[in-house]
Amino acid sequence: MAMLSFPNIAYLIPLLPLLGFLVNGLGRNRLSHGAIAWIGSGVMALAFVASVVVFWNLPAGAPTILTAFDFIRVGVLHIPFAFQLDALSSLFLLIITGIGFLIHVYSAAYMHEESAAHYGRYFAYLNLFVFSMLLLVMGSNYVILFIGWEGVGLCSYLLIGFWFRNPAYAQAANKAFVMNRVGDLAFLIAIFWLIARTGSVSFTDLPLALGTVGQSAKLSAMDITGITLLLFVGATGKSAQIPLYTWLPDAMAGPTPVSALIHAATMVTAGIYMIARSNLLYTAAPLVLTIVAVVGLATALLAATIALRQNDIKKVLAYSTVSQLGFMFLALGSGAYVAAVFHVMTHAFFKALLFLGSGSVIHAMGGEQDIRRMGGLKKSLPITYWTFLIGCLAIAGIFPLSGFFSKDAILLSAFLKSPVFYAIALMTALLTAFYMFRLFFLTFGGTFRGTEEQRHHLHESPLAMTLPLILLAVLSIVGGWVGIPEVMMHGGDRLVAFLSPVIPVAGGHEVSHATEYILMGLSSGLVLISIFFAWSRYKQYRSEESENAVARLLENKWYVDELYQSLLVQPLHRLGGWIRSFFEPKILDGMVQGIGRSVRYLSQQFRFLQSGQTGNYALWMVIGMVLILSIQFFIRK
Amino acid sequence: MPINYYLFLSLALFSIGMVGVLTRRNAIIIFMCIELMLNAVNLLLVAFSKMHHLKNLAIDPMVGVDGQLFVFFIMVVAAAEVSVGLAIIVMMYRNVHSVDIQFLNRLKH
Amino acid sequence: MIALLLVLIPLLGGGLTLFLPRENWVRPLALLVALSSLLAVVLGLSFCTDPACWSFDAEWIQPIGARFTLTGDVLGQWMSLLTALGSVLAILGSWNTDRKMPHRFYGLMLWMQAGMSIVFLSADAFLFYVGWELALIPAYFLSSIWGGERRIAVTIKFFLYTFVGSVLMLIGLIYLHGLTPDGSFQWQSFRNLELAESKQMWLFWLFFLAFAIKVPLFPFHTWQPDAYEQAPTPVTLLLSGVMVKMGVVAMIRWLFPILGIGVFIWSDVVICLAVGGIVYASLIAIRQDDLKRLIAYSSIAHMGLTVAALFSLSGFTNNSNVVLQYHHLGFQGVLLQLFSHGVNIMGMWLLADRIESRFGTRKLSELGGLARTAPVLTIFFVIVALANIALPLTNAFPGEFLQFNAIFHAQSPYRIVFLIVSGLGVVLSAIYTLNMIRRIFYGETNAVTENGLRLTTAETLALTLVVLLVLAFGIYPQAALDFTNDYAWEYVKSIDITRFLAK
Repeated sequence: MAMLSFPNIAYLIPLLPLLGFLVNGLGRNRLSHGAIAWIGSGVMALAFVASVVVFWNLPAGAPTILTAFDFIRVGVLHIPFAFQLDALSSLFLLIITGIGFLIHVYSAAYMHEESAAHYGRYFAYLNLFVFSMLLLVMGSNYVILFIGWEGVGLCSYLLIGFWFRNPAYAQAANKAFVMNRVGDLAFLIAIFWLIARTGSVSFTDLPLALGTVGQSAKLSAMDITGITLLLFVGATGKSAQIPLYTWLPDAMAGPTPVSALIHAATMVTAGIYMIARSNLLYTAAPLVLTIVAVVGLATALLAATIALRQNDIKKVLAYSTVSQLGFMFLALGSGAYVAAVFHVMTHAFFKALLFLGSGSVIHAMGGEQDIRRMGGLKKSLPITYWTFLIGCLAIAGIFPLSGFFSKDAILLSAFLKSPVFYAIALMTALLTAFYMFRLFFLTFGGTFRGTEEQRHHLHESPLAMTLPLILLAVLSIVGGWVGIPEVMMHGGDRLVAFLSPVIPVAGGHEVSHATEYILMGLSSGLVLISIFFAWSRYKQYRSEESENAVARLLENKWYVDELYQSLLVQPLHRLGGWIRSFFEPKILDGMVQGIGRSVRYLSQQFRFLQSGQTGNYALWMVIGMVLILSIQFFIRK
Repeated sequence: MPINYYLFLSLALFSIGMVGVLTRRNAIIIFMCIELMLNAVNLLLVAFSKMHHLKNLAIDPMVGVDGQLFVFFIMVVAAAEVSVGLAIIVMMYRNVHSVDIQFLNRLKH
Repeated sequence: MIALLLVLIPLLGGGLTLFLPRENWVRPLALLVALSSLLAVVLGLSFCTDPACWSFDAEWIQPIGARFTLTGDVLGQWMSLLTALGSVLAILGSWNTDRKMPHRFYGLMLWMQAGMSIVFLSADAFLFYVGWELALIPAYFLSSIWGGERRIAVTIKFFLYTFVGSVLMLIGLIYLHGLTPDGSFQWQSFRNLELAESKQMWLFWLFFLAFAIKVPLFPFHTWQPDAYEQAPTPVTLLLSGVMVKMGVVAMIRWLFPILGIGVFIWSDVVICLAVGGIVYASLIAIRQDDLKRLIAYSSIAHMGLTVAALFSLSGFTNNSNVVLQYHHLGFQGVLLQLFSHGVNIMGMWLLADRIESRFGTRKLSELGGLARTAPVLTIFFVIVALANIALPLTNAFPGEFLQFNAIFHAQSPYRIVFLIVSGLGVVLSAIYTLNMIRRIFYGETNAVTENGLRLTTAETLALTLVVLLVLAFGIYPQAALDFTNDYAWEYVKSIDITRFLAK
């Protein structure tokens, strides 16, 4: 059983979901619902077990590299198809397979009404999604990471467009893929740049390229800035940051568990992972770090403001994800990579919880997603209610739930970077608390505002759906305890120590304990006030027809989609149309045809010589003879 | 008689024939004009043959005879041509009741 | 000898098919011929890749010094594999389509294959020219007899356009022939000429125009969408899958080694045209409603990238090993992509053919909802379309990856611009490909697509072959890279123009 021991067992982690994809994908017309669900979830459970084994057996220090085969090996360039097992990747493996497993279980019940073929297709895509994400975090170099990177893009495309009969959904799927591709292009160029300078794309060669191991650096400051900036552009696509964030809210077109998968376990965290993975490069590029922080902060604030006035339960959660991702980028930009990874983890718990909870609500409401037509669901959906509450408290950052610790770490890092950043981040945190509890009170508080038929239909979801909710709620509570700040508990911040082989602990400016307590107290107090405001405003539903301009602006998401539409999409479309219907046929092909036409015109002119009249021919003959004779006559003379 | 007279007569006959061929539309007249041109050439051949014969009689009694021979050839060919050509014209007249060459240009299409 | 077999099998087989008395024997015979040439390539590749096993040389037209010389270098072997594969796919894909005069149809197809094999394998310029035309003339008849309703006008344009190019090339060939000391058309004699820069400058265009029209490179591409649209789809499949590769292969074999300085002088211009063409063709494809024209424009964009990458290899290295190694990388990408693009585009044509012949339309706006009524077709289509946009783990990814790398290392001050502009193709190709999928397969079905379609065994076989190749070279491209490795290394060393500068 050498295969099942460390490190070879790591091969199983991506292979199992791949196997699930193949079996469910090829056998979807023959397998029953039960078999499909068992296969789909079973491979995930096994992958989770394998991830746990890898996690526990992980040797300290240097990463373990598993090389499967050579992907590309030509002369200088060597890109192995290899996996890297270290603290960072094993942590992500746990998150992805663990939460992925719960979402699979949840989906088994949630999607049960689909026909077997579609059910099988759904689980196949889901497994493929997880496979791609695993490839992404396990890859030992940028190219394998990129393979997973594009793979999750593809799977999100397939899953967002899962209900492909609705044209709007198919459109949303296209949008997600294309926007991701814009980022991917930047990522690719960064890879080429890296290859050009260092001849290697492996993560383990990065220290060498930076010249930290007693060698001269292969990368100049300019190279590092360029590469990191391009990588960041790639990350903005995948992790939905300004300017490429607009696909994520539209991605709500997919089934709700898919949204949970995209927002919590896979896909959007890829950008954070990639930058945390490249932390050595980023630390060497302070300018880019500032850009990352600013973009993250701006995204966090922008998305939070939009979320204030959204009425679709999933849209609110989607914008909250964009906002939380902005927080993570703020942490990255502040150099607090561990804080970002920490927030990825806690966010995975509570965002999965919130999405699955919203799925439970939507399930109970018979597909209704508008929170204005919900309300008072507390009684009929008790488990969903309590778990959703925990999720909201966690995301708002209430002590001692997981969100508190990770958000606190981020706020602290922002404070260290600049008090202005801290102030904006804090305000965003307050907005977060406000819109999350607006959502919560509108959904569960007050009285029921749906139709009579919906009221009759209201029911708590089956065990397969509530069990994941309960587990995720527990995780949302305790998940933050691995990163308790040093001031509260000595040696409490185990995450920093655990990740230190990958992310070197930066020494330097510490804040005094008093400052740290003041910051914590400030944010906690303000968040509570913010929740109170939300309670007082939304405990009883009041129609909020937006009259003022700002509210309308927020409701329409700052018109960013419209802006892109008229600035980029429309001009491109019009240019393409102009080329297709005018330039190509009239000018380019016109020149080609023009040559043919001019030949025809000339021949038309000469045609009169060949009139077909014998008399004419004789005349020309005589004229010719006379000409020849007279020429001869005169030349002789 | 100097050769010039024959030359001018022959040239005149040939030109009349040529102009006839070029300008007339009646196939029979064109035919006659062709004959006229042929005979102008015949006349020329005979005249030159006679001239050479008289000039070189002392050296070779047979000189210039080939010119006369050519005339016979041309007459035979012309006769054949007339018989075939006239036959065609007659056939055409029977079919379309016209010998106008402007009208008979269907082969062009 | 294997090279000779590859020419003779389709040539004689085609002749036999042409005069076959019984119509129902035609397809099996044609398939047999195509399969045996495929078998010949595969056996040749597995047992003897040594050029000595492949090459063939014989006296041919002595007065003008033309010889019947076929080489068996890796480039020739590699492209022969694609040619034989294309022929098999074309015949399998049209297995269930009824056509008038099938014996002539398949006979001409096999002759086309013979012509293309000659082009890929020939090492004698005269023979090369003969093959170039031999491939074109059957294509002309195939399109003008069995094509769509505008076939006559379109085929004449196609023929004349490419013929203008060939004539220019012929002039160039004869000129070079006149310069050779031994009065031969041999590749080696041309290679030894080492012409002066002033001559190479204009000679380059004689050859390049012929090849660029064939590829086709923007702005010489206007024959192509029309021809692809009007030709019967098996012919289009061979045209775009194999025949357009003739242009690139000709550049590799007859342009770079012989007119290296000319290539270097004009490389910036050519790369400009190529990368401009990527964006240009992609933009048209975005607004295209006709499935076949869309695929045609996407093919222009992809070949533009290949040509740009190829011309990025031109330059002087001052014998620097590092530069050479990057050229080596890029050239491997070009070779890989020649094959991959051939496979992918042939898959696309097979699918487009099925859709058109089943539903009687190729307008995207008239299709829709096929994902529900034709799931198997959808799966094949999506896989091939994703390969077409070079998604990782499909065969086009490693090729395009290495090609972009080549452009990044071009010896040109504008290489960053070239890289970014050609990179836009990555995004634009995603837009038009996904739009195409969406409009054909997603949404609701309509009266046209209500009944769906089932693939026949032959079609499933052909498509499975394509998908297997897509995945095989996508997951393990190293197999192909190993095959071309040594050849590519020798080649990039041989086209280095440092030797001219030393003079």
